[in-house]
Parts: sequence; C-alpha cells; structure tokens
Amino acid sequence: MAVNPDVIGKTFAPATYAVGREKIREYAHAVGETEPLYLDVEAARAAGHADVVAPPMFAVVYSLPAVWPALFDEEVGIDFARMVHGGQEFRWGPLVVAGDEITTTASLKDVSERRGNDFFVFESVSVNGRGETVCTGLWSNIVRAA
Amino acid sequence: MQPGDEIAPLSVTPDRYLTVRYAGASGDFNPIHIDEEFAREVGLPGRILHGLYTMAQVARAHTQAGGGPASLQRLSVQFRGMGVPEVELTVTGTVREVRADGVAVVVSHCEQDGKRIIRNAEAELRLEP
Repeated sequence: MAVNPDVIGKTFAPATYAVGREKIREYAHAVGETEPLYLDVEAARAAGHADVVAPPMFAVVYSLPAVWPALFDEEVGIDFARMVHGGQEFRWGPLVVAGDEITTTASLKDVSERRGNDFFVFESVSVNGRGETVCTGLWSNIVRAA
Repeated sequence: MQPGDEIAPLSVTPDRYLTVRYAGASGDFNPIHIDEEFAREVGLPGRILHGLYTMAQVARAHTQAGGGPASLQRLSVQFRGMGVPEVELTVTGTVREVRADGVAVVVSHCEQDGKRIIRNAEAELRLEP
C-alpha cells in the first residue's frame, strides 16, 4: 500500500461556506431543478423557510472547500492522475437555506488496498450556525494501480 | 408507497455545455469534465459528466417522489461508468421496504445508452404521515 496507515484518522482544517441565494439558484439551474423552493423566495417563505432552500445535493458546494484540501494533502499522497470517484454517500439533517453559514470538517476515515488499487474514504461533517449537523458525507476515491 | 412500487422515472439530456455550467455551480473544475483535448489525452472518450451531477439527478428523482427536499434523508451511490453529455440519462427506482418509522428504502439506477452508470443506489425517503 502506497499510503502510510498512520494517516487514517487525520482531520483537516474546517472551512466555512456562506450560502447565497443566487448561488443556490445557479446550482439549481445547472442540475435542472424546477422546484420553486429552490428558486423563488416568496414560495420558500410561504412554505415557512427564511429564504430559498438548498437542494440536498448542494451539499457538494458547501462541503468541497473543506474536502479539496484533504484530497490534496501531501501526507495522504493521492496521485490525481490515477484517481477516480468511486462512490458517495450523504446523510442529511435540517434543510440549508440562503443566509446560513455552514462549517465543514473533513477527515480521512479509511484507507485500504485491493488488487493493487488504493481506496480512500473521506468523511465530511457540515454544521450550521445553530450547531445542527446538516450533512455528513462519505467520499470514496480509488487510486488505480500504476 | 409500498414495497415493490416504482418511483416516477426521471429523464434528462445534459446539453453540450452542461459540464461547464456544473463545474461553475459546484466548484469542481477537474479538466476531464470541461476540456475535450485534456480528456482525450488521459484516455477518455471526451469530456465526461461529473459523477456528482449524475448523483444529483438520482437525488432529484427521489425528492420529487418524496414530495420535497426534506424527504431525502440519505443517498448512497457507487459510480460504475462514465456519463457523457448530449445523451439522455434515465433514473429508475423501486421501493425495497417501508420501515416502521415511515422511512422508505428505495433502490435506484441511472442508465445512459443502455449502461447503468450508477447502479444499486440506496436512498432513505421520509414519507409524509
């Protein structure tokens, strides 16, 4: 295995992401969402939300600023030219709305080797300003044998 | 929802420039998604879809079936193939069980050109009481 197993459990610097109304709309349009809760402030307020709601997969947007530095960490030592995204899981808590500030902390949960390929599983935990966990992600990346 | 029920299928055809818009929207600018020449140089057929874009289509099929974003509690996918722009994607899913707490477990796939690029995705959908 190319990686030092002592790196398992390493936790990376948290990153805080300020969720903006237009960013939610931009994301919603890019993925083809038509749900008014994501696009229309009045519709979101009428449904009891403070502002437009982030689609669940917007978790990618607020998590990545914490996950990228973990993927690029020198101690972890991932060779990007040979890396593929093998799998992804998200568990969601309370909805995220425009105006929220989300702080995400990433850690390296597991590293294993199978048939010459290295498997890296990162975990991201995203918390809103009220201390509620809004999303937990598991990012599985495979570095193919050289 | 009952075990064996299918969720409404979702079909979408990402246009030629979708990967560029998704890169900007998500912050993932890996050149295999946005640069045709680079993608070919690293042995791909051309620019490929972001796996997380494809996963977002799977999520969309579930939030539509569940009645909104709050219904989706968990989604787990394995990426089993490369998606490409300008070819229709179709998400289909089947309810595997409905737990006593009112959460439906749905197993789904995302297919493009006869290949399942996401296979056996598992979701937990909270159903309205």
